[in-house]
Amino acid sequence: MIQFYNVSKTYPNQVQALNSITLHINKGEFVFLVGPSGAGKSTLTKLICREELPTHGQVIVNGRSLPRMKNRQVPYLRRQMGMVYQDFRLIPNRTVFENVAFALEIIGASRREMKQVVPEALRMVGMEKKLNMRPYQLSGGEQQRTAVARAIVNNPALILADEPTGNLDPDTSWELMRLFMDINSLGTTILMATHAWDIVDEMKKRVVQLENGVIVRDEEGGVYGHDH
Amino acid sequence: MIINTIFYYFREAATSLIRNSWLTVASVGTIIISLLILGSSVLLVLNVREVAADLESSLEITVFLEDDLEQERLEQLEEEIKFVPGVSTVNFVTKEQALENLKESFGDKAELLSGLEEDNPLPNSYTVKTRKANMVPSAARQLTELEGVEQVRYGQGVVENLLALTHWVRIWGSLALLVLGVAAVLLIATTIRMSVFARRREIGIMKMLGATNIFVRMPFMLEGMIIGLTGGLFAAVMIHFGYASFLNKVIISLPFIQLVDDSNSIYQVLGGLLGAGFLIGTLGSAISLRRFLKV
Ligand SMILES: Nc1ncnc2c1ncn2[C@@H]1O[C@H](COP(=O)(O)OP(=O)(O)OP(=O)(O)O)[C@@H](O)[C@H]1O
Ligand SMILES: [Mg+2]
Repeated sequence: MIQFYNVSKTYPNQVQALNSITLHINKGEFVFLVGPSGAGKSTLTKLICREELPTHGQVIVNGRSLPRMKNRQVPYLRRQMGMVYQDFRLIPNRTVFENVAFALEIIGASRREMKQVVPEALRMVGMEKKLNMRPYQLSGGEQQRTAVARAIVNNPALILADEPTGNLDPDTSWELMRLFMDINSLGTTILMATHAWDIVDEMKKRVVQLENGVIVRDEEGGVYGHDH
Repeated sequence: MIINTIFYYFREAATSLIRNSWLTVASVGTIIISLLILGSSVLLVLNVREVAADLESSLEITVFLEDDLEQERLEQLEEEIKFVPGVSTVNFVTKEQALENLKESFGDKAELLSGLEEDNPLPNSYTVKTRKANMVPSAARQLTELEGVEQVRYGQGVVENLLALTHWVRIWGSLALLVLGVAAVLLIATTIRMSVFARRREIGIMKMLGATNIFVRMPFMLEGMIIGLTGGLFAAVMIHFGYASFLNKVIISLPFIQLVDDSNSIYQVLGGLLGAGFLIGTLGSAISLRRFLKV
């Protein structure tokens, strides 16, 4: 599903964020991306959704080369993936329902389709009772669950999560992880960049560790690291 | 699919217009003022042209001749007049005919002129017409130079003033229009910029969710178009009623002046105003999006 071949990324200010990365992620996998701050985790996820282009190397998502992809095709790439971030990225003046429905609105769905699909996604994340509330009326965990509902409402093959538990307390974080496992068990690939070592250690999934833009470890059933 | 999206565009555009209502009003107002100036200048120029064309057909030069010219010289003079650039027709008017014409114009008070026949003070003359009204002044100047010509008369000043007026209306109208047009475009660009700014987070989220460029930009384009069309509509309605009442006043007080009053020409002007408003709005949006919404 995702292939990196000798990928390097140097930002315009000459910071080299990634250095000759080769990485394969198969459909249905659950992968943790770990490493110290500034290691290049966010940069790697940005290359997958083509928010950034690699300076060298090849990035292939769903069989398509991203460096060769035309700008106008990028929206259709992003519709195949759901994104979840630390800061939730909900639209403040829209309700929970409207926020989730927005992902469908963008692809021209009708009200009727939204009324069918959105409640399903909200039920999946346990937010079906709060669909008329606005983000400021929700706890952080509820906001993040809304964001997850929005990410999965299109049935994407891939979820990209960049520190999704960064603003959540431990219990809420675990709630979110259980949700991710449910989603993953339905066949969705999940790539999650995180600093939450306890979660990584407990879940025993594949762990890819970056340091200074280089992959220093890639193991199945791994733990966060040996030095925490 | 498309219908849903179109509804979305209009809803978003309306939300923005209401959120920045004071800027919306200012932009619409500037467009109205610019278009009012455009509309009145165009109508003024059209009317001056109409009046000039009217004068063109009626304007003639009278060339008064010295007394006691020989028949030979008279015939030669007629040839010379015909050679003056711009001259189309030449008619000889004897002093007797001239007196008759004068009597006619006096109507029932013609007896005031009785007795003049014995010692007719009016000179022989040529009535000269030019092909165009704007050829009158130069033709008249050359006619003065000819030998045997005592005096040359025509609607002195009228044509020149009229033509000068169109000239100035064109220059000042275009200048005012340019300045106000640019101001209107910039004001719209600012309005759109504010909308983009107010929504920059939302725009980021839209891109993250896979919105196409058109989808992101369309509400903002629409916003400028709505501002432009609204301004154009107001200006067109104001010009329509303003001009109608102007025409009414002119018909009552200056009935002999022929103004542009066919609805075809007027609707063309009004349609032009609407189109100009739309153009200004679209241009303003496009400029703003190019600069502030890199997608
Ligand atoms: N847009 C950018 N322009 C220039 N440099 C950048 C940009 N984004 C990231 N960097 C740099 O690239 C390097 C990697 O950053 P990145 O955000 O990928 O790290 P990270 O592993 O996600 O860190 P964290 O755990 O703190 O989120 C850092 O040195 C960072 O300063
Ligand atoms: Mg990061």
